[in-house]
Amino acid sequence: MTHSTALSDERTVKPSRERHVNTAIRKQRLAAYIFLLPFFVVFIAMLVVPLAYAGYLSLFESKLIGGEAFAGLANYGRALTDPAFLGGLGRVALFFIVQVPIMLGLALFFALALDTARAHGSKAIRMLIYMPYAVPAVVATLMWGYLYGPDFGPIAQIARAIGFGTPDFLSPGSILGSMMNIVTWEFVGYNMIIMYAALRSIPSELYEAAEIDGAGQFRLAWSVKIPAIRPAILLTVIFSIIGSFQLFAEPSLLNTIAPDAISNSFTPNYYASNLAFINQELNYAATIAFLLGLVIAVVSYVVQLGEERRERREMRMS
Amino acid sequence: MTAVETPSTTVNTATVGPRRTRSFARDRQRSLPLTILLWVCVLYFVLPIWWLFVSSTKDNSSLFATFGLWFGGDFSLWENLQTLFTVRDGIFTRWMVNTLVYSVTAAVGATFLATMAGYAFAKYNFPGKKLLFSATLGAVMIPLTALALPTYLIFSQAGLTDTPWAVIIPSLVSPFGVYLMRVYASDAIDDSLLEAARVDGAGEFRIFGQVGLRLLGPGLVTVFLFSLVATWNNYFLPLIMLNSSDLYPITVGLAQLQSAASAGGGSQALFSTVITGSFVSILPLVVAFLFLQRYWQSGLASGGVKG
Repeated sequence: MTHSTALSDERTVKPSRERHVNTAIRKQRLAAYIFLLPFFVVFIAMLVVPLAYAGYLSLFESKLIGGEAFAGLANYGRALTDPAFLGGLGRVALFFIVQVPIMLGLALFFALALDTARAHGSKAIRMLIYMPYAVPAVVATLMWGYLYGPDFGPIAQIARAIGFGTPDFLSPGSILGSMMNIVTWEFVGYNMIIMYAALRSIPSELYEAAEIDGAGQFRLAWSVKIPAIRPAILLTVIFSIIGSFQLFAEPSLLNTIAPDAISNSFTPNYYASNLAFINQELNYAATIAFLLGLVIAVVSYVVQLGEERRERREMRMS
Repeated sequence: MTAVETPSTTVNTATVGPRRTRSFARDRQRSLPLTILLWVCVLYFVLPIWWLFVSSTKDNSSLFATFGLWFGGDFSLWENLQTLFTVRDGIFTRWMVNTLVYSVTAAVGATFLATMAGYAFAKYNFPGKKLLFSATLGAVMIPLTALALPTYLIFSQAGLTDTPWAVIIPSLVSPFGVYLMRVYASDAIDDSLLEAARVDGAGEFRIFGQVGLRLLGPGLVTVFLFSLVATWNNYFLPLIMLNSSDLYPITVGLAQLQSAASAGGGSQALFSTVITGSFVSILPLVVAFLFLQRYWQSGLASGGVKG
């Protein structure tokens, strides 16, 4: 708006310049749209269209005779009363509530500890903790599957050697915990790096005040560092919500070594893929996928909203 | 506080400001207890990979008979590698090459798209900017696997399933990459540089190519690596898109070998093939991480922190 008023002031004085400025702005805008075009073409084709298509499919059901028929919200009614879907959703919600705080807590601890640079070999420690992120979930799950093995797995070997008997990591009661451990192992380093990067770019003025106060390392971490990297922490929380609600590789691979502990609906995503490719229930699978996306979006939104509220409250208080 | 937190964008890692001077917290005494604690924690992250290496040096009988975290009697790594690269006419090499081709193509494409878009968001004003950027940010939250199923159905109608494109095209969208590039570009590229280039009569695309891209180096590498790892590690998408095992990436291939081994289809020899294959498959990324690690951090920290 300010641009246009400034321009209209100029009009009376320098009409030629005004045209010049206008074409310059127009040229720049055009350039901006051209820069954005390739991304948004793929964005629409690969995100918006599939999302809309899933929504569309979820409104139909396939009949044995006569192909597809409009079903309204029947699929949603079925999903919301389907114990298999709700059970899977409950499992990933539990996963999120238990595993994510542990994982992010560890990541934050490592990031803060490395940021003080008080440990010998900080750089090597950072690298080694980050390393599992280079391991695909498939390989991580295969590997931990062997490590958990009751016969030749090293954990069982050690437990037996010190007289603890053979722990059963792959029973129905413990498989979710075993899965939490795999995901924690994979992603602590990744989250640590995001937090560490944020810590390293805290402006020095924030430290100077605390230094003058003579604050110790713990107080410094609690009252300067953690508040300063809150946006980065929020980012890791959002990523973790997405990650835990759409677990797929872990259950589908553990299924081959622990078929009794992993049902075909262990997580919603695993359920959706089994529905689509084994049961051939495409419409219902699309409904599950769509609902899962909705749940993730709502949970992420609520988390962000809570954070914004907290921020506003703190601003009012200060 | 205000310097670091931007209320309008909630997922903001951009922490603008000069890099903390090394004098702060850097010259303090080292702490032995902290060192010991951290190195003990490191064991948790390293031991599984150590186990993988040790196990890939064992033949099948010692794999099941000896202690997992130390070498068995014989050193069979070479025999295992030989088996791995000859099993099913050398399909393992094929899978590795597929993974490399898919992930590099997808990462180059995704970086290219994200860089142009992020640059446009950072350096231009245009109608609809806010709306488009919010749409991009919102898309960070869309679970890609929830999209895989409808994408599969669309691709199968277009005859694209069971082709490399089915894995590459969906991996080209990186909303997080756009976000990172926007944050990075707004700090790394000074507006006055662009103005100067404009005064010199350079067109917008030449400015992007000659001024913008040069300053975006570390940011480019970060986005590239993120996309690379995402595609490299992807399992769900290639699993549902591809049918011919010739087209499998390493993740799907290894999972298939593993289920063949568990089903007892072949012989027990498959287990050591799966383990050796897993070990070999993680080497390229681990090496890439070691050499490129400074970029992860610098690109992520954005705020004018360069390399």
